Amino acid sequence: MNTVAPFVLLSAILFTIGVIGVLLRRNAIMIFMSIELMLNSANLAFVAFSNQWGKLDGQLIVFFVMAVAATEVAVGLALIVTIFHTKKSTDVDDLSQMKG
Amino acid sequence: MTPELLSFIILAIISIAAAIGMITSRNAVYAALFLILNFGTVAVMYLMLNAPFLAIIQVSVYAGAIMVLFLFVIMLLGAERLNERETRPVMRWHRPLAIVLGAFLLALALYVLLTRLGQSTASVNVFGAGPLEIGLQLFGPYLLPFEVASVLLLVAMIGAVVLTREK
Repeated sequence: MNTVAPFVLLSAILFTIGVIGVLLRRNAIMIFMSIELMLNSANLAFVAFSNQWGKLDGQLIVFFVMAVAATEVAVGLALIVTIFHTKKSTDVDDLSQMKG
Repeated sequence: MTPELLSFIILAIISIAAAIGMITSRNAVYAALFLILNFGTVAVMYLMLNAPFLAIIQVSVYAGAIMVLFLFVIMLLGAERLNERETRPVMRWHRPLAIVLGAFLLALALYVLLTRLGQSTASVNVFGAGPLEIGLQLFGPYLLPFEVASVLLLVAMIGAVVLTREK
């Protein structure tokens, strides 16, 4: 398959599903997983365009996006564990005050 | 219909179904497993797009390390059962509004894609993207971002240790 359009189309659909997941779910872990889905769909678009132009730069960007995603997950899940220890909940509606 | 297009369509259907299953499942463990399925299909698409190294990285780092971390935290907290508020949202208009906004975003993206991508050209030069080429790029023009990424990972490691430390 030589055309880039179907991959970018799928990427847009997956990104939208991720956005809807962030908007719909109230569990912090589910919101994190939706964000991972969005990052992944952006990666798919990068690789598709990289293939279209015959350049490796898109794939290198994906490499760095994966590094940032791993960082985000490590810190985010540490935050969720800490919040769960004080609030006994991972519901973002319970986290509406700045005071811990 | 070429075999490549047929396999793409099958993969795309599995991928979208897994994503929808992820955001609608009541159990967080099922959601994580759906997301792993989605990552697997995307890894096969990387293979179709001449990116074998990224396909392996996708399976080992994303579907392996990151999702295992997710499953580990879900099971550590015992948060796999989602609570009552997930079924009864606080704001009544919250759920319809989210769906309408998502549909609007998708319509916008499809409009841009269908008007701008119609005349997209085929890939002209087939290029290798194995570990050798990626490594040459990574330690050549992308050396500074690579070092910054290593510092970022170190900061994240220290941050995770500090955040979860017992007081």
